[in-house]
Amino acid sequence: MSAPALVMAAEVQFTLPSVNYYAIAPILILFGAAVVSVLVEAFVPRGGRRPTQLVLVIGAIVAALVVTVDLRGTRLITGEGAIAVDGPTLVLWGALLVVGLLATFLMAERSVDPLGDAFAPRASALPGSEDEQQFTKRGFLQTEVWPFLLFALTGMLVFAAANDFLLMFVALEVMSLPLYLLAGMARRRRLLSQEAALKYFLLGAFSSAFFLYGAALLYGYSGSVNFVILSETLAAKPGEGTLVAVGVALVMVGLLFKIAAVPFHQWTPDVYQGAPTPVTAFMAATVKIAAFAAMLRLLYVSLGGLRWDWTPMLWIIAGLTMVIGSVLAITQTDIKRMLAYSSIAQAGFILIGVVAASPEGLASSIFYLIAYAFTTIGTFAVVSMVRNASGEATSLSAWVGLGKKSPVIAAVFSLFLLSLAGIPLTSGFVGKFAVFSAGIASGAAWLVVVGVIASIIAAFFYVRVIVLMYFSEPTEDTASVVIPSTFTTIALTAATVMTIALGVFPQWLLDIVEQAGVFVR
Amino acid sequence: MTELMPAEGVFSLIWLLIALPLAGAVVLLFGGRRTNSWGPYLGVLTVCASAVLGWLMLLAMLQNPPEERTFDQNLFTWVSVGGFQADMAFQLDQLSMVFVLLITTVGALIHIYSLGYMAHDPDRRKFFGYLNLFVGAMLILVLANNFLLLYVGWEGVGLASYLLIGFYQYKHSAAAAAKKAFVINRVGDVGLSLAIMLMFVTFGSVSFEDVFGAADQASEGTLNAIGLLLLLAAAGKSAQFPLQAWLLDAMEGPTPVSALIHAATMVTAGVYLIARSNAIFDLAQVAATAVIVVGVITVFMGAIIGSAKDDIKKSLAGSTMSQIGYMIAAVGLGPIGYVFGIFHLLTHGVFKAGLFLGAGSVMHGMNDNVNMRRYGALRTVMFITFITFAAGWLSILGIPPFSGFWSKDELIHAAFEESVLVGVLLIIAAGITGFYMTRMFIMTFLGKARWEDDVHPHESPKVMTIPLIILALGSTFLGMALLFWGDIESWLEPVVGFESKEAPLSTAATIGISLAAVIAGVIVAYVMYARRPIPIEAPRGSWLTRAAREELYGNQVNQVLVVTPTLVAAKAATSIDAKGIDGLVNGLAALVGAISGRLRRYQTGFVRTYALSMVGGAVIVVLALVLVRAS
Repeated sequence: MSAPALVMAAEVQFTLPSVNYYAIAPILILFGAAVVSVLVEAFVPRGGRRPTQLVLVIGAIVAALVVTVDLRGTRLITGEGAIAVDGPTLVLWGALLVVGLLATFLMAERSVDPLGDAFAPRASALPGSEDEQQFTKRGFLQTEVWPFLLFALTGMLVFAAANDFLLMFVALEVMSLPLYLLAGMARRRRLLSQEAALKYFLLGAFSSAFFLYGAALLYGYSGSVNFVILSETLAAKPGEGTLVAVGVALVMVGLLFKIAAVPFHQWTPDVYQGAPTPVTAFMAATVKIAAFAAMLRLLYVSLGGLRWDWTPMLWIIAGLTMVIGSVLAITQTDIKRMLAYSSIAQAGFILIGVVAASPEGLASSIFYLIAYAFTTIGTFAVVSMVRNASGEATSLSAWVGLGKKSPVIAAVFSLFLLSLAGIPLTSGFVGKFAVFSAGIASGAAWLVVVGVIASIIAAFFYVRVIVLMYFSEPTEDTASVVIPSTFTTIALTAATVMTIALGVFPQWLLDIVEQAGVFVR
Repeated sequence: MTELMPAEGVFSLIWLLIALPLAGAVVLLFGGRRTNSWGPYLGVLTVCASAVLGWLMLLAMLQNPPEERTFDQNLFTWVSVGGFQADMAFQLDQLSMVFVLLITTVGALIHIYSLGYMAHDPDRRKFFGYLNLFVGAMLILVLANNFLLLYVGWEGVGLASYLLIGFYQYKHSAAAAAKKAFVINRVGDVGLSLAIMLMFVTFGSVSFEDVFGAADQASEGTLNAIGLLLLLAAAGKSAQFPLQAWLLDAMEGPTPVSALIHAATMVTAGVYLIARSNAIFDLAQVAATAVIVVGVITVFMGAIIGSAKDDIKKSLAGSTMSQIGYMIAAVGLGPIGYVFGIFHLLTHGVFKAGLFLGAGSVMHGMNDNVNMRRYGALRTVMFITFITFAAGWLSILGIPPFSGFWSKDELIHAAFEESVLVGVLLIIAAGITGFYMTRMFIMTFLGKARWEDDVHPHESPKVMTIPLIILALGSTFLGMALLFWGDIESWLEPVVGFESKEAPLSTAATIGISLAAVIAGVIVAYVMYARRPIPIEAPRGSWLTRAAREELYGNQVNQVLVVTPTLVAAKAATSIDAKGIDGLVNGLAALVGAISGRLRRYQTGFVRTYALSMVGGAVIVVLALVLVRAS
């Protein structure tokens, strides 16, 4: 029986997939640079690695960005239906690249910590060991973070453009594996960092398994991994319910994990707290963009016909995510954990736009994601600068009276917090308003009411930090703000400018996301 | 019908009204120590410039016939997404004009006064920065031509108020008061944001022009809902029942702040909001009635609290609540009441600012003691403060010909046109007003000196007394000026509408009865406080006095209804989260079968617990989809 099958296989003509290489050039540039970056680690002498890597990373991101801008207006599906390059993809690519560039600047920072950059000199050295001290003393740098960054960013770009389950799964892993490693490489508090990395890895692998199993079930149903074919199959045989429902649910679990929606959120505080702060900034800003991009495409392209099946589930998750994220943030005493819970709550707000399942919902979610990403980069940039003798001072008690000691940084941080709280004239307000009005227009008024109430609760803990900074006298525990190098300054300035600009003059970005239109199918 | 005029000539500078104080705020707050020396003067100057500009605009506006007095200035499109659009656009009409004049003029006087009052404060630059920020935000609030921009101003004044209440940050009570004001105001803000959402859904727009123009096409249920949400917003900002509890604590802020923000301007924003939305309230009977009820309840609450407090600022704060209650009740009456609500708002803004600054002047001379039981006999040592305070006192009592007389009596008369009950209640409250204001006046300026040993009262410097004198002149003449010379009724009519009905009582009778009530209150206060010595320790008092001292248990109610449940919920949620995930999810996960039964015993390990919760979550998600699909 097996012999004819083999013969059959040999007779099948294998045709090369047709790929529009220019349309996916941003991915290829980053991927190529990542490969070169690995070679740099192997062949460039130690002293030259950091500058070489930096030039390579920044050059690759900028080149990819230039190509992305040049691709505007492109609307096609290539790679035998696996990759979709359309308006939303390009806008999200642009956002990922710009935010990734700012995160690169934060990771390149070496001035805030007297010992060097934010990463362990040798991740392999045992924490607290003699080796570690030697490596620190001799000024070793773990420059492998740069290829990790590039691979992760590559994965994210593919994730945002993937139009079938197989590619989406590969992208998910390409994006996640380097992040697990990066999370474990903090220079200070290494055990916490390694614990975070391990947790992130285990739970991430777990969630990937859900995703993969769900994708397999959907493949079993439609006979294809392609999103468009799945949606056509759904239209053709609407009766067969359970298989699809379980498949969709499991795939969604994988994605909901990545955006840190309740009840798949518990890794977030541990990982955000343990990871090196520049990595937290990178993760918090970009993973959210990439995962929401994937979720939006899956839901809008493939499962649009099932809209009434998945909206109730997402309503509940969005509501829970907003409320639980906001309520839990109130009692946090560590600034990074608080920001983690805040990011959980923010995911809930974005879900309102997602669940609206309309062009307005798409546009408003994308706007919110971009606004949130810039503000997040800014908040973590400030966190990385507020330090005491043992490193970053993330305990809120160290922020008491900071407004007196460093008025400008405290003011900038307050701006970010007000934006996260959604106070008018900041980007967060416009974002919230956009998703809320999309939510109401889609008929989920009660969800918006929950959202408004959650944002009131959230405002409370954001403002609590402002109160700590301004309404109290500095104590001896109060941390100081370290003057950073140009790298962090650029990232912080960009985040500040965008937070204000998207609050006062949001129209240009609203126009861009609106003109980006809907997903190609 | 009024038509929108393009903003030309002096009106092309509407934006500058707002930009000047905001620019001052930016320079002061970000300029650092360099601006310490000249910063406060810059703050004063920018607000004065805005005031001058405002008066020029009034003169220009008078050149136009009444139906051509609405000017529109569109700076740029702020947000436009899908069918939704909001502009950065301002609208100056007769209603916003009077607010602009009140805010900038009283604001300028209070800025000048603060130069003296805050002269020795090390953080004075920051104080003026916040005060400028407040003036700018308040002007945005009253000049916005759409609800979204109004919301910007609404949040802005809230922020400034919050920063200023907590200004004396070394006092724990000040920080607590600031937080309280913030939290309670957020409750009101929910109302406003939901109202805006609902307007957008109903009318497809949030601009005043579109919303009010199409109001008659919406169902009455929708309009009532919008109206009640707006009332919630107004109650938060204007310290009306049931969101009144923050205002008394807000007196922790510096006295000029209490005068400007917590008496004259910001707390009247709720009245503005309702008067501005008259097109909605005219068609929403339930909401309008609710407005009257809230107003009348607050009139009494404020008056009763004001009668019992020995702290001069808190007593005045109670009075502010009560007087704003009058205004809210008036604008709830509909076209009969709008103009008189605004009229009273204007006279109150002036005389209450005068009273607060007078109180500040007294405190300035008494080492910042606020306890009236340690005052007394100040009429000779602080003569100017005494005379100016007397003008404010007579004005709030409603004694002719002082300003308050004209506005309050018109207001009460209008209430009689609509409902005898409301009119009678307002007259009774006027009697209580007579009592507590006279009590305050006697305890502070008359009787015997009950000063503490190291206190040497003295008159305040000119920079403080001159604003007092100007405000006293306003407390005396503004009412007549607005009524007879300014013709406030026909001035506001194009914006808010005006009609009058036959009242069961003639004007003269209303005046007579309410004057009698006031004088009765004055006599009671005279008998109780001028004829008898005032003990330094407060006597225990009746149950009503004790309840009033406790601010009618508003804080306790908040504690039981809001604060405790929130904290308990947060604590419960935290402890649940520390153990892993919601019991609900765990419970469902247990149903999955033997695996979860095993895993549940291993809940000490974090990753396991997290993973378990993911399984639980996945089960819920799967079930949700399958069930929905099956149904």
